[in-house]
Amino acid sequence: MTKQTVAQGSGLLLLLAVAAVFPLVFTNPTATNFAVVTLVFVAVASAWNIFSGFSGYLSLGHAVFYGTGAYFLTVAANDWKLSAGAIFWLVPLAGLAAAVIAVPLGLVALRVRRHTFVVITIAFFFIAQLSASNLSVTGGSSGMLVPQPNWAGATFNNPFYYVALVIAVATIVLAWLVRRSRFGLQLRAIRDDEDRAAGLGVRAMPVKLAALVLSAFITGMAGAVWVYFTGEAVPQFVFDPLFDLAIVLMAFFGGLGTVAGPVLGALVLQPAQLWLNLEETNSYSSEILFGALFLVVILFLPRGVLPTGAEYLSKAQAWIRRRRAAPGETAREPAAGADDAITPTSAPGGAA
Amino acid sequence: MGTEIAHAIADGILGGGVYALMAAGLTLVFGVLDIINVAQGILVVLGAYLSYVLSVHLHIDLLVGLLITVPAMFVIGVGIYWLFIRTLRGAERTSMTLLACFAVALIIEGVLYREFGSNYVSLNAWYVNQSVHIFGFYLADIYLIGFGLAVAAVVVLYLILYRTTFGRAVRATMQNQTAARLIGIDVNRVAALTFGIGVAVTAIGGMVYGSITSFTPNSGYDLISRLLAIVILAGMGSIGGALAAAVFMTTIEALVDIWQPDWSIVVFYLAMVIVLTFRPQGLFGRHAVRAQ
Amino acid sequence: MTATLRTEGISKSFGGVQALDDCSLTAPAGKISALIGPNGSGKTTLFNVMTGYEKADSGQVFLGDGRITGAPPPRVYALGVGRTFQLTRIFPRLTVLENMLVPAQRGRSARQHREHAMDLLAFTGIAGHAAALAGTLSYGQRKLLELSYVLVADPAVVLLDEPAGGVNPTLVQHIAERIGELNKAGRTFLIVEHNMDFVMSLCHQVTVLDSGTVVASGPPEQVRSDPRVLDAYLGVGTDGDD
Repeated sequence: MTKQTVAQGSGLLLLLAVAAVFPLVFTNPTATNFAVVTLVFVAVASAWNIFSGFSGYLSLGHAVFYGTGAYFLTVAANDWKLSAGAIFWLVPLAGLAAAVIAVPLGLVALRVRRHTFVVITIAFFFIAQLSASNLSVTGGSSGMLVPQPNWAGATFNNPFYYVALVIAVATIVLAWLVRRSRFGLQLRAIRDDEDRAAGLGVRAMPVKLAALVLSAFITGMAGAVWVYFTGEAVPQFVFDPLFDLAIVLMAFFGGLGTVAGPVLGALVLQPAQLWLNLEETNSYSSEILFGALFLVVILFLPRGVLPTGAEYLSKAQAWIRRRRAAPGETAREPAAGADDAITPTSAPGGAA
Repeated sequence: MGTEIAHAIADGILGGGVYALMAAGLTLVFGVLDIINVAQGILVVLGAYLSYVLSVHLHIDLLVGLLITVPAMFVIGVGIYWLFIRTLRGAERTSMTLLACFAVALIIEGVLYREFGSNYVSLNAWYVNQSVHIFGFYLADIYLIGFGLAVAAVVVLYLILYRTTFGRAVRATMQNQTAARLIGIDVNRVAALTFGIGVAVTAIGGMVYGSITSFTPNSGYDLISRLLAIVILAGMGSIGGALAAAVFMTTIEALVDIWQPDWSIVVFYLAMVIVLTFRPQGLFGRHAVRAQ
Repeated sequence: MTATLRTEGISKSFGGVQALDDCSLTAPAGKISALIGPNGSGKTTLFNVMTGYEKADSGQVFLGDGRITGAPPPRVYALGVGRTFQLTRIFPRLTVLENMLVPAQRGRSARQHREHAMDLLAFTGIAGHAAALAGTLSYGQRKLLELSYVLVADPAVVLLDEPAGGVNPTLVQHIAERIGELNKAGRTFLIVEHNMDFVMSLCHQVTVLDSGTVVASGPPEQVRSDPRVLDAYLGVGTDGDD
């Protein structure tokens, strides 16, 4: 357990404790409204990271999975005439629908070079958006309404909040488990040098596809919760190009490929965007600001806040160590670059 | 029915010319610099708005206005490269530059919303709504003009690439950046100028696009998805392929429009997906399927 | 476990360039063989053909008694042939230990896998850096890492592409010693190298490639004084490094 892991872990546990009591303390509906949407994005950003952050294949089409989950719940809720609480049971099914869609999409898209992959995901996104606008089963371009529960107004948001919280927490735990597992190792090896990894026996396509399906499952569930919460499924909002950009930005901002990074990104950026949309009656302010923020992150913090922060932290520690060393004597630091730091032993036994 | 189909094909081929030009700009930049400029769509819209401002506020004819908008877009392109893309390096460079272009696109879209609002506007000139009568049907003047401009621009592009020193430097950089540097080519300058050229063509594309359809800042998304689809169907880096793919797109769309206007573009996207399933590098793509 | 790696009549051309012309080479089981030749003679191409990264136009590759011509790299690796690359290919954003855990392994539990990996790292001498990101290693250390993870699956045959290239003399000696020890345990080695001291002192037999054809083959001393070999290197004595 490195110090960084402990720090990250304690931070997350603290957040969990705060999150569990949040709606009971901040009863203002706007606050809980923000919170529900933010938690949805925490889940999606983390899910996106499980696939794109670890494998290095940047998906700009995750809205497809989000939208599939959303529309599945909408159509099913309308057709099956379920009661308010029961509609929540559709959420995992919605995730499953998105996961199923991910299989053919992945089989086509994961066979190409990385940047072609990004472009293909964009194309898939537009196919999905156009299909939703044209098909009658999805209500065409005017969309469909989702049956709303008639719970008490003051605590209306709370059930949504807790469902979203459970999904978000589960996703974070899943991301952590993936990162520690052999599966995660293979993904990250694919990210660094896919051909070399394949040459060493890593089965690239099944690994990538599995990550995509997992990511799609969670994103689909998130989409279902969100659409239930907002009450309507309209193609241009469900399949919104800004959605994809937002989750990419969140993951990048916090730290691509880390577990806590996307969480931090979502917790910072989503409330910011919601607040901006509230304060400014136009939508373009947030667009311009997000674009500018994105550029800042890409140009100056390409590894994200958390890794860069950790780097500065260790540099500061090294500086302190050097100051503490007596003058004339260099502080003993592990120098990974020194060739003479090689201490061989005899050949390992059992050369079969 | 026969004339309808023939008309659709004619429109498709002519209309494809302009898309081909914009897609050529995109694929050129990718071929030389390994950059996917996803801002190309919104830049076309920007070009259209520039033509709009010149036409409506300064009463400059659209075609004449190109003499201003083309250099203007060129400068903007060079600026974007120099400010935001030049410094990006490393293993993730292609993805990072793509995201940077996405961010720039977002900013431009926001600014356009701020300046022009979300009302639909379109470009007008005496030739925009007229057509010529050929072979028993009408061909819109603007399509012919657009096609002519596209052909002229592509010819100019080829002349630059194959008959000038600069063009030689561009092709050298496309083939081997390190070697190009070693023989004294200022790769950064070549890159910036190439990017500028790739963007400059959007001025022409914008003018024609804005004359054919009305547009808002939101039109950028539809445009970029079409351009990207054209480019990957053709195979990234292939200019000739982009021409063919663009014409294919507009022709298919025009044909399907006869029966099912709602789905016309989806058919094209699906065709692209089908091609990619069997040929991941695109129809004319040169690169191997997997390279880092 | 050990085996002989053998090629018969391999030819390969790229466009108009004949990279390999009827190459037959044998790396006998349990021996250290070298593949030398001037730059551009086709050594790495031959490696690529043998390990499945390129397809030969004609000819066969044999591992032991089995034909492995045209088998893709993962299959070749699974059959027991490991190889390194001239420009070291490691996974820079994984730690050194994680690099070792990437190759697929059968018959080992996760814990045994880790222990075996650490043993190998200790053997090559970089165990101290197990937790460091591979990208922070020096060039020489990366070469050792590459050697280590190629050995993880206990390959019967190990192909090394310039293991001593660009590395300081102490490290070259160290690498030579490691290879010697592994070979004593029975592993077959085929090494491409330009460092003649390294080759002559370590290898049991040498094959010389020039412009895609095998020019000479035999014990080091015999090859060293073969006039055709001296010719291939432009008539210059080949005592020094490249």
